Amino acid sequence: MNLHFIWETFLALLTGVPVTLKLATVSVVAGMILALFLAVLRLSRFRLARWAVAAYVFAFRGSPMLVQIFLIYYGLGQFRSTLQALHLWYWFRDPYFCVLLALSLNTAAYGCEIIRGGLQSVSAQQVEAGRACGMSGLLLFRRITLPIAVRNVVPIYGNEIILMVKATSLASTVTIMEITGIAAKLIAETYRAFEVFAAAGAIYLLINFVLMRLIAFVERALSPHLRRSTRPVETIGALAATH
Amino acid sequence: MRYSSILSSAVIAVALAASAIPAPAQEQVVKIATEGSYAPWNFTEGGTLKGFDIDLAIDLCARAKLKCEILPQAWDGIIPALNAGKYDAIIAAMGITAKRQEAIAFSIPYARARNGFFAAKNSDLAKLPETGQSFDLGTNADGAKAVIEKMRPLLKGKVIGVQGSTTNSAFLEQYFKDGVEVRQYKSTEEQELDLLSGRVDAIVQSNISLATTKKNKQFDNYDILGPTFLGGPFGTGVGIGLRKDDTKLKATLDKSVKEAIDDGTVKRLAQKWFAVDVTPLAQD
Repeated sequence: MNLHFIWETFLALLTGVPVTLKLATVSVVAGMILALFLAVLRLSRFRLARWAVAAYVFAFRGSPMLVQIFLIYYGLGQFRSTLQALHLWYWFRDPYFCVLLALSLNTAAYGCEIIRGGLQSVSAQQVEAGRACGMSGLLLFRRITLPIAVRNVVPIYGNEIILMVKATSLASTVTIMEITGIAAKLIAETYRAFEVFAAAGAIYLLINFVLMRLIAFVERALSPHLRRSTRPVETIGALAATH
Repeated sequence: MRYSSILSSAVIAVALAASAIPAPAQEQVVKIATEGSYAPWNFTEGGTLKGFDIDLAIDLCARAKLKCEILPQAWDGIIPALNAGKYDAIIAAMGITAKRQEAIAFSIPYARARNGFFAAKNSDLAKLPETGQSFDLGTNADGAKAVIEKMRPLLKGKVIGVQGSTTNSAFLEQYFKDGVEVRQYKSTEEQELDLLSGRVDAIVQSNISLATTKKNKQFDNYDILGPTFLGGPFGTGVGIGLRKDDTKLKATLDKSVKEAIDDGTVKRLAQKWFAVDVTPLAQD
């Protein structure tokens, strides 16, 4: 154990942080948009759409993400001429695109289930109250159902985001040099697995610590009605505003 | 406790027995160890040892008029057993490295792999100069540098695949860092898949392992384009491992190896076992 070596390693691994953050951010945002779309379809009246989404969720939740990455990266590489004919090869040639696609599709499957649960957790009374005020369809969804659902899913979705940050480490298996990729390279050069992985683990911990604080902040900001106020007069005002 | 003491006394007994064997001072039989499981260098087939190392060992012994006995030995502990006098030489595709030279001596290299850019014959890289020529990055640094400068503009913007943490990746890092995008792979199979799919324009590998790759029909249209390199980060080659104090055997074998290189025996055996040339260059 050499503290100086760990520090040097830590600095070398920091160069992989932007790549890790880019992979996590893009896939979480793309996955979230897709998840919302899928969740709405999952709860729609169209039986075919419900089945298709259920099959998608089953496939992507049920198989390992590493297998999904390999399927998209090496598997589709086998069909180069077909993809070229479809003008898609430009995208699939790039390892970043392949990993982003796999990560986004995977998190969308989990996110779909989380958002579906959130939407279903909105109580019938609240929807009823919305209808009583004359809202219906999209307006009701936008003003009542979605905001309440979002508030309910923030802690669970936060969990999924943290899992995604850790899942980016799989990108190293297809030549992308993010934190884990650089760590593997340093280990092969120095044979000091403990120090290097300890430093890599510490960086993931730091990223996720910041992320957890952010999620907690969003959670707090979205639920003022659950906070005990120091000023009783305003409590009544807040209650009146949210109910 | 009991078991471990039994075990340690057994180890001591073996060690005593080993040291009790008289050194083969006047005996004419030279015992040569090989690994026997590293095809096509040395391997066991139907109970007999075969391969490039075995053929060469037989040839060298005949040249030096030595009576030789070749025996298989596990790779782990192959160096300590040499120093303990269990045998007199190791011919087992052993690369000459500084770390090993701390423990044992080596003959002059009897084989040196060439390393080059493997790419599709109809690609841009077909324009690379000096195809078929080999440059030593150590002893012919200026010549190698000149040819690398000629290659640089042709490789600009290309994506090159390489197995991570190998002499090949060290070579790319040292000589082609600018202008080339290097992708590191965990295994040679993965980088070969990406060469076929066109994600990388070329891969850097030794001619010995590429000869195995080329046996696959999918690589019919691929070849090493441009010059090949050895020395420098690739090391000084493969030699015969010998005890440091056995200078007499080293002198004998050095002479035989040189003769075998000069009269084309090494080249012929390399063609037979590797289908490519691994003869050390003339200036070695």
